[in-house]
Amino acid sequence: MKTDYDIIVVGAGPAGSIAARFAAEQGASVLMLEKDRDVGYPVRCGEAISKAGVSEFIEPDERWISAHISKFALISPDGTEAVIEFGDAGYVLERRIFDYELAKTAAKAGAEILTRAYVNGLIIENGKVCGVKYDYRGQQKELRAKVVIGADGVESRVGRWAGLKTYIDFRDMECCVQITASNINVNNETLYFYFGQNVAPGGYFWIFPKVNGAANIGLGVSGMVGKKKSALSFLNNFMEQNFPSAPILTSIAGGVPSSITLEKISAPGIMLVGDAARQVNPLSGGGIASGMIGGSIAGRIAGEAVKKNNPDYILTYDKEWHNRLGKRHEIFERIKNGIYNFSDEKFNKIAHSFNSIPKEKRTLGRLFTTALVNQPSLLVDIAKVFII
Amino acid sequence: MKYRQAKTGKLMIDILPDKCDYCGCCVGVCPEDAIELKEAEIFIIDERCTNCAKCVWSCPIEVIKFNKEGVPA
Ligand SMILES: Cc1cc2nc3c(=O)[nH]c(=O)nc-3n(C[C@H](O)[C@H](O)[C@H](O)COP(=O)(O)OP(=O)(O)OC[C@H]3O[C@@H](n4cnc5c(N)ncnc54)[C@H](O)[C@@H]3O)c2cc1C
Ligand code: SF4
Ligand code: SF4
Repeated sequence: MKTDYDIIVVGAGPAGSIAARFAAEQGASVLMLEKDRDVGYPVRCGEAISKAGVSEFIEPDERWISAHISKFALISPDGTEAVIEFGDAGYVLERRIFDYELAKTAAKAGAEILTRAYVNGLIIENGKVCGVKYDYRGQQKELRAKVVIGADGVESRVGRWAGLKTYIDFRDMECCVQITASNINVNNETLYFYFGQNVAPGGYFWIFPKVNGAANIGLGVSGMVGKKKSALSFLNNFMEQNFPSAPILTSIAGGVPSSITLEKISAPGIMLVGDAARQVNPLSGGGIASGMIGGSIAGRIAGEAVKKNNPDYILTYDKEWHNRLGKRHEIFERIKNGIYNFSDEKFNKIAHSFNSIPKEKRTLGRLFTTALVNQPSLLVDIAKVFII
Repeated sequence: MKYRQAKTGKLMIDILPDKCDYCGCCVGVCPEDAIELKEAEIFIIDERCTNCAKCVWSCPIEVIKFNKEGVPA
C-alpha cells in the first residue's frame, strides 16, 4: 500500500466499485476502503434490476442472476392483480456475488481494495478535502488523496464531514425489512408489488422470486409511518397471513433514501455517489443501477481531474449527474408523492380499470395514465418520464 | 440516579445495540451526526444528540427507544 493516492473511494457497494473502476481506467491510482469484513455481505436489498441497468457495466452472468424477470404484478388492497408483461426485462440478482464481482472489475482496472477499514474522519486543509482518517483492525491511520469519493451508502457521513448537507428528512427515508424465504409459491418470472394501508402505507411490499422456490420479500415504509408502526410489524403480519410456515433464510433491516439527489454532490476534494448522494430512483426505490451510473460519472471525472491536474474539474460532476438522471428523479419524486398517498379505494379502482384494458395494451405507461387520470398536473410529469 | 447528558439536557434516546441490524437508517436521518455506526457496533454521541427522536421513528425493527425518564449513565 502507498501512503497517498490520487483517489480514495469510501465504501465498496456498487456505486463505490464502479467509481473506483472508472477512475482507475483513467490511469489514476485508486484505493477503495470498506468497513465490513466482506465486500457484498450482508445483503440489504430487493435485488431487482433492469437488464439495461446491469449491461451498461458488466456482462450478465448466471452465477449472480437468481431469476429472469418478464412481468410485473401490482396487487391492490382488495387482492386484484394488475399484470404487465415486458418481455425479457430484468433480473433478480444474487447481490452477494454481484457486488463482489463488481469490486473485482475495479481491481482488474488497477484499483486497490481494503476491507475492515472504517473511515471515521477526513483530512481537511484550507477548506479542501485532502484525505481520510480510518481505523484498520484497531489502529488509527491516515491516507492522503487528491480526491475522496464518498460511496458510503445510506448511512453516509463522509459528505457531512466535508460540510455538505447530506442527512435525509425522515419522511423520505423508506425504512425496510427484508428477508429471504424458501418454499414461496410464486411465478418465477414475476416481480410482485403489494400496495395499501394494511401492507405498506406510503411505500410497497414486494415479493421477488429467486432460484429454487426461494424469494426476496420485504417492504419499506416512510419514517412518518414508522412513528406509529414499524416495518418489522408489517412484515410479521404479512408473513403470518400469507406464508405462516415459510423457512426464513436471511432477515435484515435496511434503509432507502427516497428523495431527490442532494443539492450539492461535490465540493473541493470530495464527491458523493450512490445512496450517499441520494441517487436512488425515488419512485421505485431502486438504487443499484442509478448508483452505478453516478459512480461511473464521478469516477471518470475524478480520473480526468487528476490527469488534467485541475482539481476544480470535479465540480462539473453535479451538472453531468443532473443531466443524466438527477433531473428525471425530480419528476419521479413528484409522481411518488402522488401515488404513495392514494387511498386503498383508489388503488382498487385503478387495478380494476387497468384490468378492463385489453391485455396487449396493458403497459406501464398505460397504468400510470389510468392511475393519474384525475390528476392532470401529474400527467404532464408522466409524459415527461416517457419522453426523456 | 446519574443520567447520560445530551446536547439538550438528559439523553432520552436509547439504542439496544444487541438487537441492532446496523442498517444505517437512523444515521441517515440524524440531523446532528450524533450516531456512530461500525460493522457491528452502534452508539449515540451524547453531546451531539438533541433528543429529536427522528432515529426512533426510522428504525425498521424498533431497537431505538425513546425514554422520557432519561438514559442512566
Ligand atoms: C431493503 C432494501 C431493498 C432494496 N431493493 C432494491 C432493489 O430491488 N433494486 C435496486 O436497484 N435497489 C434496491 N435497494 C437500494 C440499493 O440496495 C442501494 O441503492 C444500493 O445498494 C446503493 O449502492 P451504494 O454503493 O451507494 O451503497 P451500499 O451498497 O450501501 O454500499 C455502501 C458501502 O459503504 C460501506 N461503508 C459505509 N460507511 C463506511 C465507512 N465509514 N467506512 C468504510 N466503508 C463504509 C458500507 O459497509 C457499504 O458496503 C434496496 C435497498 C434496501 C435497503
Ligand atoms: S435504524 Fe435501527 S437497526 Fe438500523 S442501525 Fe439504527 S438502530 Fe440499528
Ligand atoms: S434523537 Fe435526533 S439528534 Fe439524537 S441521535 Fe436520534 S436523530 Fe440524532
